[in-house]
Amino acid sequence: MKPLDYREIDGGLPFYALVGAIGVFVLAGLGAAFYMEHNGHWVTGMSNQIVWGTPHVFAVFLIVAASGALNVASIGSVFGKAMYKPLARLSGLLAIALLVGGLAVLVLDLGHPDRLIVAMTYYNFKSIFAWNILLYTGFMAIVAVYLWMMMERRMNVYTKAAGMAAFIWRLVLTTGTGSIFGFLVARQAYDAAIMAPMFIIMSFSFGLAIFILVLMGLYRWSNRPLGDVVVYRLKNLLGVFVAAVLYFVIAYHITNLYGTENHGVERFLLLDGGVYTRVFWIVQIGLGSLLPLVLLYSAAGRSRLWIGVACGLVIIGGLAQMYVIIIGGQAYPMELFPGKEYSSSFYDGVVASYTPSLPEFVLGIGGVALALAATVVGTRVLRFLPVSLADEQVDPHHPVADAA
Amino acid sequence: MSEESGIDVYRRRFLSGTATAAALAAVPGVFLHELGHAKPADAVVTGAVRWGMLIDSNKCADGCDDCVTACNEENGLTGHGRPASDAQWIRKVRLRDRETGHTQTLPLLCQHCEHPPCVDVCPTGASFKRADGIVLVDKHICIGCRYCMMACPYKARSFIHEDLHDQKPYAPRGKGTVESCTFCVHRVDSDRTPACVEACARENHNAMVFGDLNDPDSDISRELMQYSTRQIRADLQLNTGVRYRGI
Repeated sequence: MKPLDYREIDGGLPFYALVGAIGVFVLAGLGAAFYMEHNGHWVTGMSNQIVWGTPHVFAVFLIVAASGALNVASIGSVFGKAMYKPLARLSGLLAIALLVGGLAVLVLDLGHPDRLIVAMTYYNFKSIFAWNILLYTGFMAIVAVYLWMMMERRMNVYTKAAGMAAFIWRLVLTTGTGSIFGFLVARQAYDAAIMAPMFIIMSFSFGLAIFILVLMGLYRWSNRPLGDVVVYRLKNLLGVFVAAVLYFVIAYHITNLYGTENHGVERFLLLDGGVYTRVFWIVQIGLGSLLPLVLLYSAAGRSRLWIGVACGLVIIGGLAQMYVIIIGGQAYPMELFPGKEYSSSFYDGVVASYTPSLPEFVLGIGGVALALAATVVGTRVLRFLPVSLADEQVDPHHPVADAA
Repeated sequence: MSEESGIDVYRRRFLSGTATAAALAAVPGVFLHELGHAKPADAVVTGAVRWGMLIDSNKCADGCDDCVTACNEENGLTGHGRPASDAQWIRKVRLRDRETGHTQTLPLLCQHCEHPPCVDVCPTGASFKRADGIVLVDKHICIGCRYCMMACPYKARSFIHEDLHDQKPYAPRGKGTVESCTFCVHRVDSDRTPACVEACARENHNAMVFGDLNDPDSDISRELMQYSTRQIRADLQLNTGVRYRGI
């Protein structure tokens, strides 16, 4: 293996054009947030029944993916896999960028985004939300230190220690995100300990899918060599993660199905929940899990295009999974009076209706755009990307490298 | 003697003058001291009482929603004609037994739990429980995250989705914050009962009893002792302040 050379991506017109194009979506997201805040949330699809809507689908997805994007660095630093080390810097940058994007969406959807300082100064330490505020800010700080250890030659000796700290922190962080739902005793679809580990494995999958797409995109855009060794290793790993998410989803539903009290909510999610059932089977399971597995492990997995498609499908499937968990979980009525039918002017006992509104969707996309913009600008100003990830560069056993 | 007398007079004047000055100087202090010991607005709130409500669904008249109307008027809840996002602090729920077909109605409101999930999950502590058991939202530090609404097993809370007008000074509300039944805390603090209870009694239905659960001689405690009652979602062990008969 040759010594690695990291360089900033080139500036100039193409760079500004790319940032400008992404920036349009960031601005649109800000505009959507202003529109929602100015008018109040009644202009969205959200209501007193569906209190968390499409912005939360995007926000939680991005936050979960953020911790997962760091995995590539962890595999290199903590588990000592040499091939992953050249990818570690981008992994850390993407982790911070995705978290910033997700948090921006979450904060801009608040009833009072202007009171962010209140959220930072008043803490109820029994709230998993309050813990998460500390976990998120701590994550950014630790990953920033981790990046510094990796990028500053004098500090390289501390990379493994920082990487270990970041790895442990990210596991706790995703446990916290899953527990936002796992701790909710009120609703049938939540209140399950499996939520925390399921969110961790979801983060592995979503984060890696985004990482592969960004890696392939940036290398193609900057005309740098990216060999098959890296891409195939990552896509095979992605397949394992997709299958693992599927396993957790099956375990969650099977456990629920065993207890009679949960038959109602399971019937709703799996059988007659309308849009939620369709999103679950068609998008989450079919397009987002099974099809990517086929693409990644069949002959199609030799093609960059199909690997990219598979990653895109995993991301869409992940958003679908969030949609079913967050919105489907709220749409199913709460079991207030077991054994009785009940109704009221406040939509008790009926499936709540929800239609995503344009501003919600634009705000969510704005968060994705913010994460991408931060990543692209980051790679321009600091040396995150190796000049080459060609096979002979990254693979110690590559024949060309041996000959050289 | 006269010289001594002059000194005495002088001494007397000096002493009395000093005493007067000291007394005058002490007046504001005494006054402030009194202020300090005057009952501030929250001094009456102690854990010695726990406010609760008993609702008898057998007495709750089908088709009557006086409690709802009274609540809306008392607390200035005016809708925007958008039922999915308009606030409701109390609502009439109609139940029908799936097996027997028996129907009944009851008002559902914040249950003022001893262990409120909304208070547990609130990141800033805006959701809080007073010492006397009334669960409230501090509108000044509510950031509008709605996690309390996700956590409440009774769907008791509303998010304010749009601008508000004509608020009642004693029931402040705010766009972008969450709110719910306050047990008419402004009335309770001046020894009155909540508006819904008063309205129910006015119609002679008397389906709602309000009082101190800690006082064994209160009407509510005597009825709870005498009759079988239950809490909604008793399985969650939240020890609700609102109890029901006949369900």
